[in-house]
Amino acid sequence: MSEMKIRAKIEGDETVVKCLMTHPMETGMRKDSKTGELIPAHFIQEVICKHKDRVVLKASFSGGVSQNPYLSFKFKGGAAGDPLEISWTDNKGESQSAKVEIQT
Amino acid sequence: MIDPKRRALIMSALTGCAAWLGSRLAWAEWNAAAFHSKDVASALKGLLGTDSPETSDRIQIKAPDIAENGAVVPITVETDLPEVRSISLIAAKNPNPLVASFEFVDPKVTPFISTRIKMAETADVIAVVQSGDKFYQNARAVKVTIGGCGG
Repeated sequence: MSEMKIRAKIEGDETVVKCLMTHPMETGMRKDSKTGELIPAHFIQEVICKHKDRVVLKASFSGGVSQNPYLSFKFKGGAAGDPLEISWTDNKGESQSAKVEIQT
Repeated sequence: MIDPKRRALIMSALTGCAAWLGSRLAWAEWNAAAFHSKDVASALKGLLGTDSPETSDRIQIKAPDIAENGAVVPITVETDLPEVRSISLIAAKNPNPLVASFEFVDPKVTPFISTRIKMAETADVIAVVQSGDKFYQNARAVKVTIGGCGG
């Protein structure tokens, strides 16, 4: 599985975070076009965003979030070089996390 | 030395316990009842405990008027309501309407969220905001040319 991409950049008095996760986000309702069988549900359920090791934003997803989920949020009080970490866990218990430094 | 029968019993009891704990934890974090709901009212009730948030034009939903591809519909929600604790996104006519819910754990996070969702058909995208102890919603119609949930 390829890496999660995160960009955290200071714009004015806010840090703007843009994140692209790699995940199939299967709802469990889609049929395989060849076999006609249902493709089992496989989607990210929980996303946790941390600034300086403290949780600032939590997200819960259903399979209704698009494949390779995109998430953007903003917050005040970030400084250049601060660590910004995002991690996800899916319905199969798989997880991935990535950490970047806030850029100016 | 524990005899094999006894060991098997202990092991199965432990595994059972772990499975139970695991499922309980998962439930506490991810609201299965709300996400598995098949209509907007029960999804809202399951997630927030209310099915009738007041409509507010202080919630802005940015979305395309026409989405060519229902598999990828960009949605941005922003609000100037105070003390925003959560923003939830609903695609009214999806088989499971509740798409995502964002909890603003730290008040320094701006009440803004941008993501991409799947839409099965032309429908309202509803954003529900928890502001303090109150709930507000707003909706925006998105016309979908090709649904994004089929195979």
